[in-house]
Amino acid sequence: MGEKVAKEVSIAIADAVAQCKVDVISAYPITPQTHIVEHLAELVNNGELDAEYMPVESEHAAMSACIGAAATGARTFTSTAAQGLLLMYENLFIASAFRLPIVMVIANRSVSAPISIWNDHSDVMTMRDSGWIQTFAENGQEAVDLIYHAYRVAEKALLPVAVNIDGFTLSHVIEPIEFLDQKLVDKYVPPLRMKYKLDPKKPITMGAIGIPEIYTEAKKAQDEALKASYRIIVNAWKEFEKLTGRKYQPVETYKMEDAEVALIIMGSLAETAMNAVDLLRKKGKRVGLLRFRLWRPFPMRDFIRAIGKVKAIGVIDRAVSHGSTGGPVGIEVRSALYQSNKRPKIINFIAGLSGRDVTVEDFIEFFERTYEAISKKPKFSYEIYGAKE
Amino acid sequence: MKFMEQRSKAMKAELKKFKGFNLKNLPEFEGLAPGHRACQGCGTVLPVKLALKALGPNTIAVSTTGCMEIISTPFPYTSWKIPWIHVAFENAASVASGIEAAIKVLKRKGKISKKQKINIVVFAGDGATFDIGLQFLSGALERGHDFIYICLDNEAYMNTGVQRSAATPYGAHTTTSPAGKVIKGQVTWKKNLMGIVVAHNIPYAATASPAFPIDLMNKVKKASLVNGPGFIHVLSPCPTGWGCKSEDSILTAKLAVETRIFPLYEVIDGKYILNRKIDKPKPIEEYFKLQRRFRHLTPEQIEYIKKRVDEEYEKLVKLCECFGVES
Amino acid sequence: MPKDQGLVSWKELAPGMFILEPGNSVKFKTGDWRAYRPVLDKEKCIKCGICYTLCPDLCYKKDKDGYFIPDLYYCKGCGVCAKHCPKGAITMVLEEA
Repeated sequence: MGEKVAKEVSIAIADAVAQCKVDVISAYPITPQTHIVEHLAELVNNGELDAEYMPVESEHAAMSACIGAAATGARTFTSTAAQGLLLMYENLFIASAFRLPIVMVIANRSVSAPISIWNDHSDVMTMRDSGWIQTFAENGQEAVDLIYHAYRVAEKALLPVAVNIDGFTLSHVIEPIEFLDQKLVDKYVPPLRMKYKLDPKKPITMGAIGIPEIYTEAKKAQDEALKASYRIIVNAWKEFEKLTGRKYQPVETYKMEDAEVALIIMGSLAETAMNAVDLLRKKGKRVGLLRFRLWRPFPMRDFIRAIGKVKAIGVIDRAVSHGSTGGPVGIEVRSALYQSNKRPKIINFIAGLSGRDVTVEDFIEFFERTYEAISKKPKFSYEIYGAKE
Repeated sequence: MKFMEQRSKAMKAELKKFKGFNLKNLPEFEGLAPGHRACQGCGTVLPVKLALKALGPNTIAVSTTGCMEIISTPFPYTSWKIPWIHVAFENAASVASGIEAAIKVLKRKGKISKKQKINIVVFAGDGATFDIGLQFLSGALERGHDFIYICLDNEAYMNTGVQRSAATPYGAHTTTSPAGKVIKGQVTWKKNLMGIVVAHNIPYAATASPAFPIDLMNKVKKASLVNGPGFIHVLSPCPTGWGCKSEDSILTAKLAVETRIFPLYEVIDGKYILNRKIDKPKPIEEYFKLQRRFRHLTPEQIEYIKKRVDEEYEKLVKLCECFGVES
Repeated sequence: MPKDQGLVSWKELAPGMFILEPGNSVKFKTGDWRAYRPVLDKEKCIKCGICYTLCPDLCYKKDKDGYFIPDLYYCKGCGVCAKHCPKGAITMVLEEA
């Protein structure tokens, strides 16, 4: 067991990346991820981290350089948010199709326009189809643990991993964090050995044309790989529990055992929601909370199991999917449920856009509205909560 | 100035050691295999073959989206005998930067043999370099990665059907700058990419033409010997897009040099060297008449082109005098 | 039928759809593209190697006597070799039907 230190989460993440002995860091600064890349630059320039730090000229170049470096067999890292993520968009699909074990931390921030630097999930929700493994951290300890986990999973599954932390509300706060002892990191994240890489001794061609006679097969192969990574992800968490005692699951539950109404929320707002659950439980209400720790591949079985016998679910989205049937998480939840026999009522709120405060009172309101939804169908398939009329 | 002098000295020593290729002792190595799908007489794939011959088997190539990538890798076939990667249209320079950084750090950590010199070469088209990839090229050059960027300039987006790019010469007909009744062809002058590249203060930059294959190979080799980015701007004739006969493609590359349209020069550590003085240029009409893309040019356009080509050439000669090598 | 349109099974693809056999385009015949075929007059040839250097399709190979011979399996008949031969030793001849 290591010692607990109080560290700003961004700095802690950079330290964890350094512990994983990353080879190439290629990143472009964007609020609110700047502290991560700044600290990594410091570590490299002080000689504390032996890595190549590439101060690239745009996020697109950052992901391109990561692809080049990972294709050569180096352990890579990058980080971005909002507009940066959207700028590197075409490379996200290429990175996952090439099966490259890149690790990226996204400091979730809302997407322009209007330009804003504050936190919501609209950036990561644009990459649902990209083929990346995506996980969400709720507090500083989880963020650091998910970094170790990301490298282990990325290199075993040969798929890129995006670890999501809430910009500012998580990236810039100081939290108590217990780092893994370096010897354990070296054991949990062994040296990267890639079978297929750019090597003059064994020339291969990466990025050939996908003619119609092969594209379908290529996509199926990639899809099966992402589905198969679920086993690797869950086993990696089991291994981690053995090392640290900290348990992680694809769908985290809070007081769901006998819940009749539940909320679904992702990211650091979950801790606020837990306060609401506790308050309502004191009053005798059987409420619970669900969080997707693993977002892609979507843990359908864990989710269906976790909801138990709830009569209604309130999905709290933190991004808008304009003109669709719900917020991004709402859409996925409804789709997953439709494939099971369970039919709880669903009500979908979009809240906390661009750093708008979501308080315990708001969560209590969400629970009350979800209770109402048991008997009365919500008027709209999704509701942007809290907009001043 | 001390740092520049030190870099100059180190480079001069390396470059002095290289005696140059000649037809009788060409390396036998081929980095490209036959069976690729380039058009007959393609003047763009020829520089690729020559460059890889000059660089040898310890080379990793990065291609941009474009003709060279399409003709060489129709799944399941590949013409590349060396490791090769294609990511997207504009970012080959960044991908190459990532590869270079990875090799550097893996060598330092002992995961790759330090003795093995691995060349990293980018094959990018003019569209990918002059237009959409300019930012990526600039970033890679500024960061000073040790790689070679070869811009295969066929003066339009040939792969997608001959649309204009910033490299399309004034007056040329392309599908998006057509020779119409009112506006006749490309209205802007070709972008001065060498000027932009030289402004980055890189150790080696040069222009080359496949009509002078030994010169091209020498330049690629020199670019690989310097420590830092090397840039080669190759005029690559495209019989399909330029509207010339397949057998004339290399001839047009020769005439482009001999009419002063595409002078051959090097910029080694900021010093300009004119490789071929063209005191008596061939008439520009000889170059135009081989290509359908110029057949609509009016006498006024030809006059303007003549004057401007001569002006640019004189400018280059002056640069060689002012910033040339001490004799 | 849609089921049989794929070239290979998705299970047989290398991860990332990488092509693991370098230079396997040698299996692809481009020689049937041509309309004209290069014919070498060995009397005129001085074995300078310009045809070998300038061929975009990497067709030329040196034979045991030092002459450069085009490989007609790949030759597309572009005519660059004939055009640039300093001794005019190569002629482009129309392929028979």
